[in-house]
This record gives sequence, C-alpha cells and structure tokens, in this order.
Amino acid sequence: MISRNLTNRYVIAKIFHGFCFTVAWSGVLILGVLLFHVTQEGIQWLDLQFLSDFPSRFPAKAGIHSALIGTLWLISLTALFSVPIGIGAGLYLEEFTKKNRIRQFVDLNISNLAGVPSIVYGMLGLVIFVRWFELNQSVLAGSLTMSLLILPVIIISTREALRAVPNTIRQAAFALGATRWQTIYAHVLPAAFPGILTGIILALSRAIGETAPLIMIGALTYVAFVPDGPMDDFTALPIQIFNWASRPQQQFHELAAAGILVLLFVLLLMNSIAVFIRHRLEKKNR
Amino acid sequence: MIKHSKLLLYDSPIERKMTPKWIPHNRKTRRALEEKMVRWILFTCALVSILTTVGIIVSLLTQAIPFFQEVRPWDFFSGTRWSPILIPQSFGVLPLVTGTILVVALAAGVAIPVGLATAIFLSEYAPNKMRQVVKPSLEVLAGIPTVVYGYFALTFVTPQIQNFLPDLLVFNALSAGLVMGLMIIPMVSSLSEDAMLAVPRSLREAAYALGATRMEVSLKVVVPAALSGIVAAFILGISRAIGETMLVTIAAGATPKLTFNPLESIQTMTAYIVQVSLGDTPQGGVAYQTIFAVSALLFVITLSINIFSGRLLKRFREVYE
Repeated sequence: MISRNLTNRYVIAKIFHGFCFTVAWSGVLILGVLLFHVTQEGIQWLDLQFLSDFPSRFPAKAGIHSALIGTLWLISLTALFSVPIGIGAGLYLEEFTKKNRIRQFVDLNISNLAGVPSIVYGMLGLVIFVRWFELNQSVLAGSLTMSLLILPVIIISTREALRAVPNTIRQAAFALGATRWQTIYAHVLPAAFPGILTGIILALSRAIGETAPLIMIGALTYVAFVPDGPMDDFTALPIQIFNWASRPQQQFHELAAAGILVLLFVLLLMNSIAVFIRHRLEKKNR
Repeated sequence: MIKHSKLLLYDSPIERKMTPKWIPHNRKTRRALEEKMVRWILFTCALVSILTTVGIIVSLLTQAIPFFQEVRPWDFFSGTRWSPILIPQSFGVLPLVTGTILVVALAAGVAIPVGLATAIFLSEYAPNKMRQVVKPSLEVLAGIPTVVYGYFALTFVTPQIQNFLPDLLVFNALSAGLVMGLMIIPMVSSLSEDAMLAVPRSLREAAYALGATRMEVSLKVVVPAALSGIVAAFILGISRAIGETMLVTIAAGATPKLTFNPLESIQTMTAYIVQVSLGDTPQGGVAYQTIFAVSALLFVITLSINIFSGRLLKRFREVYE
C-alpha cells in the first residue's frame, strides 16, 4: 500500500536506495575480503621453490610443480577436443539447420546439459572413459570428461556470436554465388570470432577451476612426477588445493592459499589475454 | 583478397596432381562435395551433445539398477539412516537430502535478497561509473573456482562466526551455506538484471509521470513486469547450489545426519559422492554402487528444476514490442 504522506514516501524511498546501494557494494567488499584473506595467508609461501617442488609431507618442502604441469596438460588437451567440436556444433545448429522439431530438441538438450552438476559429468567420465575405454586415471580421460563438461558453454556462446553477425553479410556472399560453407568460412566466422573466442576462454577458465569431475575419475591427490604423455597419471591445481585445504594443520592451509593465488593468477592471465585479443580483433574487423 | 577454404579447392597443377582420384576435378562438383562433407562433419559435432546426454543416463543407470535390485527403492527414499559402509548397513538417503536442503536453503536465504537488491541497484539506480566497478567485480566472483570458496568458508567464515557462536563446529552447514549464497549471488543478480533491463522504458516513464518514487517504480512496476525472469534466475541459482560439490565437501563436513540445525556438521549428496570416491571402498559392491544411485537422484532433481525454470520462462515471458 502506498502511503498518502508524501514525506514518508520520500524517506522510505531514500532508505531503500541506501539499502540497495549497500547490498550491491557489499558484494565488491566481500570479494576484497576474500582476496585479502587468501593473499595474507599464502603470500609467504609463494616463491620459485613453491612452483618447482613436488608435493610433500613436509610443508616446507611442498610445491605445486606436478599440479601446475598437470593443469597445463589437462587444459591443452581439453581445448584441443572441445573447441573444434563446440564451434562445429554451434555452426551446424545456427547456420545449417532450419527451426524445426529436431533443432528444438537439440536446443533443449544443450541448455539442460549446461545445468547438469559437474560431479555427474565425473560419473560419466568414470564409467565411460575410465572403465569402458580403459583410459584409467590418465590426463586423456580427464580432459575428455572436461571437454564434455564445457562443450555446452562453448556451443551456446558460439551460437550467440553467430547470431550477432548481421544477415546482410550472408546475403551479400550468397548473392555473389558463394556456397554456404564459403560464406561461413570467409565472412561469418571471422566476424563472429571475437565473440566465440571470449566464450572459449570463459569455458576453459571454468575447466581450470573444476575439481569434482577430476576427483570422480580418480585423478590422484599425491603425484610426484610430471606426465610425459596423454596416458599418464596426473594431478591438477584445484585437486592439490583441495588436498591441502582438507588437512587439519595450519601450515597446509597456508600452502592451499598459496596454491589458490597461483590458480587465480592463471585465471586472471587467461582473461586478460581474452580481453586483449578481443580488443585487437574488433579493431581489425572494423 | 579472396579467402578459400582449403578443404577441397586447389589452384596449382601440383595440388591437382596430389588430389586423390575419387575427388572430382570439375570445380562445381567439387564444391558441392565439399559442402556435403562440411555439413556431415558439423552434424557429427552437434551429435556429440546428444551422445553426452545418452552417456550420462546410460552410465548412471548401468550402476544404479543393480543397486536397486539389492536395496528396495522404498528403503532408499524413505530411510532415515545413511550408513552404507559401516555395519549394520542402512541405505536411507533422507539424511543426505536434508543436508543438501539445509545448505541450499541457507544459500538461497542469502543469495535471493542480495541478488535481487543488487540487480535492482544495477538496473534502476546505479550511475554508469558505479556499474563499471560493481559488474566486473561480480563477474570475478562468478569466475572464482569453488575450491577457493570452500577454503574461504573453512578458514575465514567459520572462525569469524565462532567468535559469536562458540559452539559452532569446525565443519558446519552454516558457513558452507552462507558462502554458497555468496557464490550464487552473481548468477542470480545478472540473470535478474537482464530480465529487468528487458522491461521497456515506457512502463517506467508512465509510473514516474504518475508521481511514483524510484523505489515504487522498481518494486511495483519493474520487478512485477520482470517476475518470470527473476524467478527463473532464483531457480537456476538454487539448482546450481544443489549440484555444488567442493565447497560443501571442504566446509560442511562428512556426517550424514537428519537435522535442520545449521550449527552441526552434515553431509550433502555431492559431498558423499566425493567421500566415497576418495576413500577405499571396494568397487563393485553395493556400498560403491550407492554413489551412482545418489548421482542419479541428483541428476533427476537438477534436471527437473532446470526444465521447470525453462518452462516458466517460456510460458510467462512478457513480450513487449
């Protein structure tokens, strides 16, 4: 009920404004607190030795070498599988099909897949890649699982980028006698590329931080070697962080914080690269 | 400059010689073949997403069915004691379900009001400069891996709350729930904001013309007009919270308990799955198959919630010209 008293209404409106303002900025504040807390705990452990040592029972000797290399392996292979398939599927759905029942079904399927909890993908990886394909706890099994996990994200962002390309570009190419694939390859894809790239980097950042599916397929928590090939056992940064965080000793908690700093740095690096490339490509296309 | 797809087209005689015989030499035929091949390759890519769904269902069912042959479904769904490993075994999933509900309810209690108020602030109040700080910060929050949130809950939030509530256990539902709320705020606020931005200006202007204050416009015009989108945002946030794993594994504990007391240590469905796969439960036994039954339950719950929110969006989408 709106009060009849005008002054009252203004006061209430002011209070509400203040409330929304405070709440919105509290999100920023908490982000600050989180980053400060992690830095405060972990910064003293962060040195070159931490990056080059293998995990150890003794906090002073422990490092993230195998986890860092494992994450690099995992992400490279995941990108190798998921990027071409994701872009291909996005292209097919956006450029090669008409709006019919089948496409509606595939659309629904993809948006549902995007909402499936990551741990369920882990079960899929465990049964199909680890057991049926007998890939065991290898980097390959991990990255195949991760690829399926981030595929919906890549497909959805590819399609959004393609939809943003004006139809006149396609019509102009068709009018000159280009086939559909020629049109897409030479005109639509380059125009949509910055958008697609942003989606890919966001998806890969998600894959870097995912832990649960890797634990499900049995990625090891203690690995004192670096994988040599896709069939080797591996560990990854978030698993190492989880391992340290779930130990009771304070020193391991601080190691976990140092690991988190490295993880956040990698994520930040990837996102800045995305912003940079996107900026350049958008300039070039104009 | 003309760009060619290099799949089948070639220009020099050498390339022509190297091309296998089955590819026609006529340019037009070649192009048609290329078109067909591309279509099939891309179709295969799209097929992967269908196969993923099939793969999820098959991999869960092949293990969950043998489980339900050993354990009566009724005992599973209505039992109040969950002790699949310790003898006497008991397979009542309710403690895991209530554990999940407890944490998710706490998270929703934080994320729904905060997310909505943030969305209102961003879409109705914030000047451009503030948006440029608040929005990217929320995006950063959304991009932080969940292990990090788990660490934050365990090493920062729990000790802080213990200052006020000394009987709080180290592992507890309260701080896991609060931090999970923090985690889904960005999702709730950005989806709600999108819904609010879709409300046409004219509606707001009409209300202002009638002398409404900005709060009245926000709460009585914009929010009701965008309600289906906002509710869908809440539901998606909740569904994400239900499937969240690492945060609750690290911070909420590993004691399946039928309780709604947030100060106690509990176990969620996801945390149980992780616990078993980290431990040394022999594969193949009923105790091991439980994780597939629990995953299947988790999958069905989140899937139905997502489908429901999709329906809601479609059915109640207000179309403004």
